[in-house]
Amino acid sequence: MATLEQSAENAGINEAGVRRRDFINIAAVSFAGVGAGTALIPLVNQMNPSADVLAMASIEVDISAIQPGQAIKTMWRKQPMFIRNLTAAEIAAAEKVDVATLRDPQTLEERTKEGKRNWLITKGVCTHLGCVPLGAGEGEVKGEFGGYFCPCHGSYYDTAARIRKGPAPKNLEVPEYSFTSDTVVQIG
Amino acid sequence: MSFPWAEQYKPQNPLMQWLDSRLPLPRFVFNAVGAGYPVPRNLNYFWNFGVLSGAALAIQIITGIILAMHYAANGGVAFDSVEHIMRDVNSGWLIRYGHANGASMFFIVVYLHIFRGLFYGSYKAPREMVWLLGLVIFLLMMATAFMGYVLPWGQMSFWGAKVITGLFGAIPLVGEPIQTWLLGGFAPDNAALNRFFSLHYLLPFVIAGVIILHIWALHIPGSSNPTGVEVKTEQDTVPFHPYYTAKDGFGLGVFLIVFAILLFFAPNFLGHPDNYIPANPMSTPAHIVPEWYFWPFYAILRAFTVDFLFIPAKLLGVMAMFASILLLFLLPWLDTSPVRSGHYRPLFRQFFWVLIVDVLILGYCGGAPAAEPYVMISQLAAAYYFAHFLIILPIVSKIEKPAPLPASITDAVLSKQAN
Repeated sequence: MATLEQSAENAGINEAGVRRRDFINIAAVSFAGVGAGTALIPLVNQMNPSADVLAMASIEVDISAIQPGQAIKTMWRKQPMFIRNLTAAEIAAAEKVDVATLRDPQTLEERTKEGKRNWLITKGVCTHLGCVPLGAGEGEVKGEFGGYFCPCHGSYYDTAARIRKGPAPKNLEVPEYSFTSDTVVQIG
Repeated sequence: MSFPWAEQYKPQNPLMQWLDSRLPLPRFVFNAVGAGYPVPRNLNYFWNFGVLSGAALAIQIITGIILAMHYAANGGVAFDSVEHIMRDVNSGWLIRYGHANGASMFFIVVYLHIFRGLFYGSYKAPREMVWLLGLVIFLLMMATAFMGYVLPWGQMSFWGAKVITGLFGAIPLVGEPIQTWLLGGFAPDNAALNRFFSLHYLLPFVIAGVIILHIWALHIPGSSNPTGVEVKTEQDTVPFHPYYTAKDGFGLGVFLIVFAILLFFAPNFLGHPDNYIPANPMSTPAHIVPEWYFWPFYAILRAFTVDFLFIPAKLLGVMAMFASILLLFLLPWLDTSPVRSGHYRPLFRQFFWVLIVDVLILGYCGGAPAAEPYVMISQLAAAYYFAHFLIILPIVSKIEKPAPLPASITDAVLSKQAN
């Protein structure tokens, strides 16, 4: 009996029948797995935007020269931005629409800043497949709703840049922005 | 080929059986690094370095592919793109330092792997092909490392490119046109940088291919062992898995600890500060030396300072440097002793250690400035290096009386335990 007990002790088998070696094996392989998983984090994270890209993530734009009815195209995060000074008629047209009938229901109020109702600032990226809609440049087609028209697949946006007709699922995106003064807007 | 007692791959799972009869990849792995590969039971830790070299190559390929996502191989922006990796890219510093120090780790384990082969006579029949393919891998590694060192486009990169392609300029008559052809210009510039980048990306995969041949050639006779006595019976072997997967796994852990210490606490210890200065074709750094792993060969290159007969010193140095490596291709036929392991070769063993010291001296001189006394020491050490292989080794093989070999691997193991 004594020898049997001893050999069981040497093999490191406890009452539950678990060998010491099994424990070491599982512990070592698990630890190696955790290590390999941890090493993966920087290998994946390196594909995210680098510091120099993020540093260009916010811009300031002087809007003092934009007359009512005019719009400018600027670039933000390597994408076109439309900054549009709406006329009173355009504001009225946008506010007249019954929001409940819209595909992406939003009022002009929700898409502009308090007291700056005439400044419509949106991304110039069609929410369908990413083309640049027409309507911001001088003489460009604005489409039947007087806002923007995307020629790629025929999406029509109104004067609040809301989708009214065509395949696009959403209104033109309004970025995060704020007025740092009456004539300067900071985007991002 | 394998020993007749090797475990057979018998998949139980119907899906694995289905796969085995169509694409027997699991069977291939089982027979290569699994329980189906019987390995001598007495391998010591020097037998870890093959697997560690493979791990080092994997680290280089993974970090290298990532660096190539952020690097720009254009003389105007290459240096800045490396700084961009260091400063802007998420964890870019880790990946670049990992790649630079990974190269050093790769050479450390490969040199230890070669050291193992030299001491235990692993290059002897029937494993000559394993040795020759290993040397091909070594040459490819040196070419890859050199071209990789050019890519950051710092001062050492630029002048390294100039000096190493200058080696080809030493060839009589066609030397200069060859150098111009290699560089795609009269000095290193965009053309050279671009082709070095292209080849630096390609060659590691060529290395991986030759490694497959290297392992294939190894698995024909099976692994050698510290006694140098061939496997005779099943008792002499254990299955690769779990015995050597566990032993290699432990070695890998130690390797990674050393790598981590270098990477996190001394990432520039093995580099040169001058390579943080952008390439300047108008000014050579005061002290240019290659990376440490080239030092012994660099010392041989610089050991030739005078013309001999009609051969210019420049050509002699280049020939000697290439010869010092090509010589190793002849090693299986220069060492004619039938005994493999240095353990049973008392005379060989002494000269073996002298050679190791000699190579270390060459390495030290290669990293030192090209001035006395280092030039003189390099000359003596270089002469001894060639004498070892061409004169001492053949003579030792003839006159040496080897110690008695154990009857079998098992005998050697059991008598060691009895002591």
